[in-house]
Amino acid sequence: MKELTFETLIAVFEEVFGRGLFWLMVVVAAVVTLGYLYVLIRDRSVSWRKFLWAQLSMPVGAVAAVLFVQAMTRSGFADIGGPIDVIVLLGVAVAGAVGLAILVYTLESLLWPPSRREG
Amino acid sequence: MSDITFTLGRRGFLALAGGAGALALAGAADKAQAQVTTSARIVILGAGAAGTALANRLVDRLDGAQITLVDGRAEHWYQPGFSLIAAGLKPASYSVSRTTDWLPRGVTLKSDWAAAIDPEVRTVALQGGEVLGYDFLIVATGLVLDHAGIEGFSRDLVGQNGIGVLYGGPEDAARTWAAASRFVEEGGTGIFTRPATEMKCAGAPLKHTFLLDDLARKAGSRGKAAFLYAAPQGSLFGVPIVAEKVRMLFGERGIDTAMTHTLRAIDPGARRATFVDADGIDHERDYDYIHVIPPQRAPEVIRQSGLSWETKWTDQGWVEVDPKTLRHTRYPEVFALGDIAGVPKGKTAASVKWQVPVVEEHLVAQIAGDTTDAAYDGYTSCPLITRVGRAMLIEFDYNNNLVPSFPGVIAPLEELWISWLMKEVALKATYNAMLRGKA
Repeated sequence: MKELTFETLIAVFEEVFGRGLFWLMVVVAAVVTLGYLYVLIRDRSVSWRKFLWAQLSMPVGAVAAVLFVQAMTRSGFADIGGPIDVIVLLGVAVAGAVGLAILVYTLESLLWPPSRREG
Repeated sequence: MSDITFTLGRRGFLALAGGAGALALAGAADKAQAQVTTSARIVILGAGAAGTALANRLVDRLDGAQITLVDGRAEHWYQPGFSLIAAGLKPASYSVSRTTDWLPRGVTLKSDWAAAIDPEVRTVALQGGEVLGYDFLIVATGLVLDHAGIEGFSRDLVGQNGIGVLYGGPEDAARTWAAASRFVEEGGTGIFTRPATEMKCAGAPLKHTFLLDDLARKAGSRGKAAFLYAAPQGSLFGVPIVAEKVRMLFGERGIDTAMTHTLRAIDPGARRATFVDADGIDHERDYDYIHVIPPQRAPEVIRQSGLSWETKWTDQGWVEVDPKTLRHTRYPEVFALGDIAGVPKGKTAASVKWQVPVVEEHLVAQIAGDTTDAAYDGYTSCPLITRVGRAMLIEFDYNNNLVPSFPGVIAPLEELWISWLMKEVALKATYNAMLRGKA
């Protein structure tokens, strides 16, 4: 690529997913992230009980993300050809794990907020 | 301590988040370049990858220019997809969109073909009779496949009797898979050819060979199949270091080669191909599947226009341009882009991506009475698929140097999954962004 600017990257992602879907995904990711930050700030502490469930969901997110990418691209584990491929695979897995963990934690916190202390 | 805890209500938090988002968006909007005001008439022959990308960039750079594109084809073809279609990995529709989908507002599209170009009086006559005068001419017509250049061959044979031509368009690529899939299922002798002329994407005949080899292995029929790669050239790829790598891969995969063999004639009924070697001796070969790449030449209208090289490629007619500026060497107001440009390398979409900004800079500078040292170095890229799921991301220049975009990260001569991901996911997206003038 000649110059990989931020604008180019956005244009490419718009084409990969379609403009509507891409920005919808950005908004969803932003909303989930904001929701996560919101519950952290609201509760002023991490609920380790909720965090446990979030952690338990991480392997599921990792495997799901890898299988999703492989299915979308007609490829499999046998196609891993070099170090960069392992890094990409791990990156996809980590992204899936962290993404699902944040989603699970946020949903738990929003659905079952901690009992409000009297002020 | 608890008195100084950060207390941020729901509303305050959302406001803060909104403000951060607005700041991020504002940063993306500072690209407006100073426009050059002009009333120049710019005619672009061809609304393919090169013509469309240039038109989209010129409308941002020029204010008041009359930009006219001439292209009689209503469909826009994403040609890098043809290899995937011809291996049954994508449907024909994968490569098809509308020419008008990609054109910016403020340009005129003539849905017609050029019939005659007169670079002396600066006019282009269309087949419909209209004559367009121009101040600047961009030749981006692409090339034509000379099916009749092979004795006994014609386009209507594609897809029948074990004959494939993936270059002919999305439908021809799909028909190629119809013929190739029988070979993949049943085995037999597969012959994969190349023309003696310059050709677009010299990696495509290799990709087709590699893909069918892989598909035959996965179908369990590879033991019944023989693969022969026959080419007029002396090596498997124009870039020596890549040719050696391909030679090794062919060795591993059991793909035989017949170098300096040019496909001269074909007998579709008997499924027999005649090759002529460097000494002019004919060799007949029987096949069950043959992938034909017809000789590739400039369209007749270009060859009749006087714009072609007179000292080289005389049987092909590529436009005589400076290899670095892509400006015509005899007519300074004429440029050539893409397949039609008479330069030693660069008949790929990736080359177009690098050529278009160079022509844009020279054209805008010329209009503004300025000069520029923008130059095209022959950059060409080929995600050389070696099997479904792996490719080598090969990038090179005029001097046969490898010029990897991600040195030390994505090795050009390694078969990698990430390179396949780029071809499968990112390439069409990058291409589309290029068409819109954004990449």
